[in-house]
Amino acid sequence: MSKERIQISEALYDIMPSDYQDLVKSATYGKDDRGWKDIGTSKELIEQHSLCAGCPESMAFRYILASLPNPEDTVMVGSTGCTSLVFPMVAVHNIHSLFGNQNAIASGLKRALSVRFPGRVKDVVVLAGDGATVDIGLDMTLQAWFRQEKFTTICFDNELYANTGGQESGLMQKGFVAKMAPVGKLFDKVRLPEIARESGCHYVVNCTVSKPSLVEKVIRNAVHIAREIGPTYLQLYTPCILEIGKNSMEGLQEMRDSEKPTERFAYKEYISDPAKQLLAELAAKDKERKAAAKQLAAQAQAN
Amino acid sequence: MSDYRVLPGPEHFLPPAAASMGIRLPNPGEAHINGVITSEEKAYEEAARQFLMAKVPTIFPGPLVLWAWNEKAAKKATAIRHLFNTLKESVQPNQKPMLIPMPDYRPKYPKINPEIEINPNHPNLTIWHNKIDCCVFIGVHCHQANLSLKIIRGGTSCYTIAMCAQAGHEDAMLSFRDASVEKIMLLADTIKRLKGTVQPRLASAKNGVSS
Repeated sequence: MSKERIQISEALYDIMPSDYQDLVKSATYGKDDRGWKDIGTSKELIEQHSLCAGCPESMAFRYILASLPNPEDTVMVGSTGCTSLVFPMVAVHNIHSLFGNQNAIASGLKRALSVRFPGRVKDVVVLAGDGATVDIGLDMTLQAWFRQEKFTTICFDNELYANTGGQESGLMQKGFVAKMAPVGKLFDKVRLPEIARESGCHYVVNCTVSKPSLVEKVIRNAVHIAREIGPTYLQLYTPCILEIGKNSMEGLQEMRDSEKPTERFAYKEYISDPAKQLLAELAAKDKERKAAAKQLAAQAQAN
Repeated sequence: MSDYRVLPGPEHFLPPAAASMGIRLPNPGEAHINGVITSEEKAYEEAARQFLMAKVPTIFPGPLVLWAWNEKAAKKATAIRHLFNTLKESVQPNQKPMLIPMPDYRPKYPKINPEIEINPNHPNLTIWHNKIDCCVFIGVHCHQANLSLKIIRGGTSCYTIAMCAQAGHEDAMLSFRDASVEKIMLLADTIKRLKGTVQPRLASAKNGVSS
């Protein structure tokens, strides 16, 4: 759906709840340089979320939705988990898949969109938890990457099954004891970023969501590379503060502690050669666009 | 023909789909009242009568008319506004017509504000809150209208009317089909014509609340 088609009928405009009026009036659909800095100054694409107070996942959602380069022509595919509680509040087209099927659904969707809207950019972004991505849906995740499907996979890694009370997941760190995993994890955290790289992903990042500017950068890179070249994968640490025994205000510090150089969420990035070239071209175009805008502004001021 | 009748509820928590009870949809040029196929003319009269009798007659426009997808949608929106204005002019001071939108189908439970919107996944919240005893769905996609109409029949005593642009709805107490701008205007004209001939329900009557 293009931005131009999202208009309220004039005769019924006054009865539309203000959320919808604001979305049409001041959301950042169609804005070239949209990003996390729009948060607070324009209508966000996420309404009040239904996650726990202080949940880092809610921060991640806000940053991601603010950073998508093409939200009016993006379809997100979610899966069972805490993320599925948020998607109903999101003003971007989204599909809820069966648990673990998200990458299979995204594959079909991306292909169908390419056929239905040839010549038009349609982005598909999968957003699922670690259970859906690495445990239950690992088959579908890997197969999509092997096939070089052109969409982005984002994994909200909270290192356990938070939604169902704290069971062990493949991305849980070794030795961790959770409420429903009292023995402690016996094997290492699955190294999915490395697996993603070997499986054909052209852009892989492992990080936390403590820095919005970093999240914006990796989201934009991942979506652009997926659009032009092939699959991309982002593994974002969004700790479940309840399941690791933290308070509402401690999520940010937990992420900062976990991204130190020796920790498991130290920033890790892999970019394939074609992706590097694309990013360089995009950066050059961006520079040109900014320079032109600056020149235009200077001219307008002079006049 | 089925003996089952699609009547105002509350029927029970999970009422059967009217189609499964043998209720069939009207053919072009027809409508149904309580599941019985009838002429469109009779249905206009009955719909107008139900609106004029109701304490809180309400129009629920859906996404197909709230959003200006195309010129036709915008025209239908204008016709709906005319219908609402006609309704307001035709009822008595103790009746309270309402125009409440169904902007989209996201299951926004429990955040929905029932004063200003209706959601197909829990329409009862809006009906109970506003004590709505008669409503019409216009511009709601069929699968969402079916869901809502069944929930309303299950949990409230609200009289439901469907102004469907496709083949109609078995789960409404009264359903038109092939809705167009002209048909919406005709309903408005019928309401205007019957103004003053129908007595509103008594103030003590239960409105939209399950027993």
